Order: sequence, then C-alpha cells, then structure tokens
Amino acid sequence: MTDASITYMAPHQLSTRLAPVYNEAIVRKFTIATMFWGIVAFLVGCTIAAELCWPGLSMGISYLNFGRLRPVHTSAAIFAFGGNALFATSLYVVQRTCRARLFGGAALAEFLFWGYNFFIVMAALSYVMGFSRSQEYSEPPWHVTIFLVIVWVCYAVVFVGTLLRREEPHIYVANWFYLAFILTVAILVLVNNAAVPVSLYSSHAYVAYGGVQNALIQWWYGHNAVGFFLTAAFLGMMYYFIPKQANRPVYSYRLSIVHFWSLIFMYIWAGPHHLHYTSLPDWTQTLGMAFSIMLWMPSWGGMINGLMTLSGAWDKLRTDPALRFSVTAVGFYGMSTFEGPVMSVRDVNALAHYTDWVIGHVHSGALGWVAFISFGAIYYLVPVLWNRTGLYSKKLVAWHYWIATLGIVFYMTSMWVAGIMQGLMWRAYDKFGFLQYSFVESVNAVHPYYIIRLMGGLMFLVGALIMVFNLVMTVRSRTTEEFARTSQDYPDAVMAGE
Amino acid sequence: MALKTDKIVSPKREVETTGHEWDGLAELNNPLPKWWLYIFAACIVVALVQMLLYPSIPGITGYWHGLLGYSTRAGVERDVKALVAERAVSMDRIAALPIADVVRDPGLLQVANTSGHITFANNCQPCHGAGGAGAPGYPALAAGAWIWGGKLEDIELTLIHGIRSGDADARMSAMPHFGADAILSPAEIQTVADHVATLYGIAGAAPSAKGAELFAANCAACHGEAGEGNRSVGAPALKSRVHLYGDTRAAIVAQVTNPRQGVMPFWNTRLDPATIKSVAIYVHGLGGGE
Repeated sequence: MTDASITYMAPHQLSTRLAPVYNEAIVRKFTIATMFWGIVAFLVGCTIAAELCWPGLSMGISYLNFGRLRPVHTSAAIFAFGGNALFATSLYVVQRTCRARLFGGAALAEFLFWGYNFFIVMAALSYVMGFSRSQEYSEPPWHVTIFLVIVWVCYAVVFVGTLLRREEPHIYVANWFYLAFILTVAILVLVNNAAVPVSLYSSHAYVAYGGVQNALIQWWYGHNAVGFFLTAAFLGMMYYFIPKQANRPVYSYRLSIVHFWSLIFMYIWAGPHHLHYTSLPDWTQTLGMAFSIMLWMPSWGGMINGLMTLSGAWDKLRTDPALRFSVTAVGFYGMSTFEGPVMSVRDVNALAHYTDWVIGHVHSGALGWVAFISFGAIYYLVPVLWNRTGLYSKKLVAWHYWIATLGIVFYMTSMWVAGIMQGLMWRAYDKFGFLQYSFVESVNAVHPYYIIRLMGGLMFLVGALIMVFNLVMTVRSRTTEEFARTSQDYPDAVMAGE
Repeated sequence: MALKTDKIVSPKREVETTGHEWDGLAELNNPLPKWWLYIFAACIVVALVQMLLYPSIPGITGYWHGLLGYSTRAGVERDVKALVAERAVSMDRIAALPIADVVRDPGLLQVANTSGHITFANNCQPCHGAGGAGAPGYPALAAGAWIWGGKLEDIELTLIHGIRSGDADARMSAMPHFGADAILSPAEIQTVADHVATLYGIAGAAPSAKGAELFAANCAACHGEAGEGNRSVGAPALKSRVHLYGDTRAAIVAQVTNPRQGVMPFWNTRLDPATIKSVAIYVHGLGGGE
C-alpha cells in the first residue's frame, strides 16, 4: 500500500491541498428535481390515500383512478424523488471523496439529468394513460425501460469512470454502497424486464417467464429494489452526510466492511418472503425467510455506524435540526430493518400478508428512512451548492422535522392497527366454523385508520412544502463570496449559520 | 497501513483512525461491537436450524424436505378437512333435509343463518346491498317485490341456477325489444307508457283507451291484465311500488323500447347445496320472504 507519491494529511493541513473544480451544476439540478418530485410523490400519495377513504373522489375520471395513480405515487416516491436524491448525492460525494471531476464531462452529466427525468415523465404518463406492465415497481412499458437502461449504463460509466480517475488512494465507503446500488439495479431491471414485445408499435410485451417463475423473478427484483435502491444507496448517502454534519469520523471501518459485504450477499436471496403461502415451492419460501433473518444484523451494521459516529457530537442535535433528520432517519432505518425480518417469518407473515401492516412497514422505511436521510442531506447540500452562508431559517427546519415526524407516527401506528385488525378479522371463525367477518366488514373497520393515515400523509406533505419554502428563500438570500471559497474545505461552517 | 502523518483519535476510547482521509472525512478503526457479532451469529444459527427443519436446499431432482415433514399444501388440506368436518355436524343435515324442514329445526336454522349471512356478505352483497337493500338494477331482496317468487324453494332455485346465467336450467325470461325491433312505433310506446305509468302510480299520468288497448295486446299476456305480473314466466308486477330499473315514466319508455335484462349468476358450481340452502334461508329472513 505504500506509495511515495501520495502524502496523507490531517484535516488542519487540508486547506493547502487544491481541490479540482467539481461539477456542482449537475448536483444543483438533481437537487431541485428531488424536491419537485418529492412534492409530486407526497401529493399523489395523499390523493390516493383520500381515494381509499372516499372511493368516489376519482369522480369516474379514469386518469384519477386509484389503480393508475398508485404506480404514479410509488414510482414518484422511489424512482423520481429517491432516484434524483441518489443521483444528486452520489455525483456530489463521488467527486468530493475522489478529488476528481465527473468522468465523461458536463455533457454526459447533463444527459443523465435530462434522460433520467425524461424517463420518469414518460413512465408517469404511461401509468396515467393506462399503460402498465402490472408488475409492482416495474410498471414502465418496454420501450420506456430500454431508455432507462441506456441512461443507467451512462450513470455507471460516469460513476465508475470518476472512481477510476480518483486522486485518493482508497475508495470511500459511501462509494461502495453507491456502486453496489448502480450495478445491482442494472442487473435487476434487465432480468425482470426480459420480455418479447408484441410489435414495435405496441406497449404490450410477453414476459419471458411464466407463472410462479415470473412471480419469483418479480419479487427478487422488487425486494432488491428495496435492498439496493432504498437501502444500500441511501446508506451511501448516510456514510457521507452524517459524518459531515456531525464533523466526526465514521465509527468503525471494520464494521462498514463486514456489514457492507454481508448486506450485499444476504439481501439478494431474501425476495421469496414476499411469496409465502403461494404456489412458490416451500423450499424457496424457507430460503427466503432464512436469508431475511440473517439480514437483520447486516442491516443494523449501518445503523450502528451511523449512530455511533455521533458519539462525542450528540450536542449537535440540539443546534442542528438538519442533523436531526439524518439521525432520526437512521433510527427509522433500524426499526424497519428489524420489522422486515420479523414479517418475513412464515407464521408472522400468515397474519401480516396482504394487510395494511405491509403498507405501514414500507412507509416507515420510505418516509422515516429514505425521505428523512434525503432531507438531512439536502438541507446540508443547498447552502453548499448555492454558496450561501446557511439556511434561511433553522426554525423552519425544526418545524418541518416535528410535523413530518408526527406525520410518520400517525401513518405507521394507524397502519399497524389497521393491518393487524384486518389480519385477525380475515382469519376469525365463529363457533360453527364459518368466517366471522365478511371482507367488506374489514373494509369498514379500517376506515377510521385510513383517515388517520391520510392525516399523517398530509402532515408529511406540509412539512415538505415548508422545506421547499425554506430552500427557495435560502437560494434567494445574498451570496457570501468568502464563504464560497472556504466552504469546500470547511463545510461545517455551513451549518453553523453564523 | 500506509504513511500516517497524523491520526484522529476518538476522545473516549483512544481508537485510531485508518489514517485515510476523504474530503475531510475519516474512519475510526473500532472493532465490531460484540453484541452485534453475537446476534449476527445467532441469526445465522436460527436460519440454519430453519433450513434443517423445513423444506429448503434444492438439489438437481428434488429438495431437502426438512425434519418436520412440513408442507404448506398438506397443511391447507388438513385445515380445510378439519373445517369441513366441523361444519359437517350441521351442514350435512341441512343438505339432506328439504329446505322447508331446515327452518323448522331451531338449531339448524341458527347455523343456516350464520352460514347464509357470511356467504351472502362475501358473494351477494356487492350487487344486492347489505341486508338485501338492493341497488338500481339489482333487486331489493328485503322489499318482497319478487319477480320469480319469494318462497324458500323459489329463492333456492334462483340461487342454484341463476337468471339468464347460462346454466342449462337457468330461469329465463326475455321481454321483447318493442322499440329496437320496431314492434311498436315510438308514438305507441309513449301511449302505452302512459298506461303503465298509471299502474306504477305516477302522479299526472294520462291513460287513454288506446294505451289500454296496446297494453292488452302486447303486455298483458305476461304482465297480466291489471299488471299484476306473472312469476311463472318471470314477468314483474307493474302495479307495484318497487321497480327494478327505475320508477319514472322515462324508465318505462326506456324499458319498453330496449329492455335491460339483468343476469344473476348460478351458484351450483361455486357453493355446495347446504350453503345454497343457508343463503336462501338467510335471504328469506331479510324481510321479504313469503
């Protein structure tokens, strides 16, 4: 490992090292897109939550139909909001931690931005107009998917190319996670979308796999979309922004290696737990459950590293509300990555499957982990990217934090109650051996909880709108030139806010 | 490790960093937390035990069946069998007895109503409404305005074979398309509609001799001279307050011109005879039974 041409320097010496001019313009674009799609995702989410409470709300307009808006919501949340947040942060982090400008130049980076967002618009339009592959999180028609693959390959080229031209001798842990995400998502999308189109001019295509094989591939894809898109990639985000915000070194390098490889290895096998008690063979179900149980600690490795990084800096939580988002995100991450293995156990799944418990589980991950870690990163990034001394208002960040956190609590608890109630009602028999409740009675019973869920969702949306206002005001505030020069080496000054 | 010119140390535990630095970030070299390692190991053990006990590792021609002999398919078959046996205590007797005798036995009646209620709620309620309240185009079963008869046996037969359902013994009725097939002219339809509107009891209807004549010639054969209906051919009573496809004069014109002919599914392939009897008994007891 000894390389005489490279000298390591302590933080206090860093300012003497000249950093290259990073491509931050592209990060700014992806950041704006993140917030835009975030609002879209939350708004559509609230709309369909309301439609579940009052089914007449779609007023018979097919474009507003629940079945069409639901994939708009899920895709907007995961791929548009989450995806743009990952593009923004990965392209920012890889440049900084490699001390290298993006590979492929500005033009390729611009293509990533416009290409990816064009894909999102095309996919959303397809759903609203009634075109869908009807496989969860994998709904885009085949020609839209081909376009996505082109964009994604360019993303991999840019990311790997930047890693290869790095000036640092080692690759920072955040980049391992981002790289695992980019490579695995490419494989997942390619395999799950294998299909034979009916014709060049038709959106319809025959899936390459039949019956239960198709289901297994679909949930191998679906579960690892959660594992690599929503977990590994956002862990990458966590590994950069929490140490940055806390101004502390990462707790354990060894833990990061062990939990990275165990997470990557275990996750890929856990998909069959989505198909308990189906025509999927029992042995496949057991393996899915076994790997899900083993996945618990590898998932928690990230949580430990995130939380323990704060040791010696816990006081910052009082003064830095943006860091509060990041740390709370890690807490929700720990909770939902424990809940996941529990729900994967066959007997628990017998109760939880097809109920709103699953919806609650997904949202504790999506709202609590994915959105919160992204909010924390974006609150940190915007002043840096736009060369501002700090955020327009820390008080508004605190308001956002409490409103959104309370919203998540409403969402999760109502869905727990609704889900477990559904599960219990569906399996209840009377003394003669007949079902105790009809399905429609279980629908009536969860109605109040659906309204509480909608309230939680609306609170989350209101919080995000406060954030957008805060960020817009931050960008519109006066530029500080000195800050622009020093920010690259002392980003902590950003959060100090002077 | 490589050249280290400086180290950041953890304030509490004096742990060294790895010596690398990226954009001001460093990593401490803390060991793996013991509890984390132990729980991880325990989870692996639990997973391996699961794999040992249950069907798991696949081979070329089969798979490891597990020590417990567990099978979800066999489990379902066992549960269903147990459930059927539990229900059979009463349901076998319900199946064997004529429906009229079932309702005379209070014990069986209770079981039939329980079974009938849940079966109705999961199968019939989407069209007929909770408690048989009905919906536009779907008969209100609690109202007692039966088209094919409201006795236990009538309801049972309707359930078994359905109406215009495609079943060989389905109840069939087909009102002619008086307008669509040009049997009556539009003007004649308006005239006869006035007559029917009188039977409906619509205020302000203007009956005429011509209307009565048209009714007698075209409608009375099935619906009766006075519009009292005829259950043997499934002709609804017109002289009634309850009408399947609407109570307005416009609804009458529409129905005479191009009648809607709703379909009730047959249930003999989806529900067993005892369950069908139960549903018939439940429906009969909703308020409209005869």
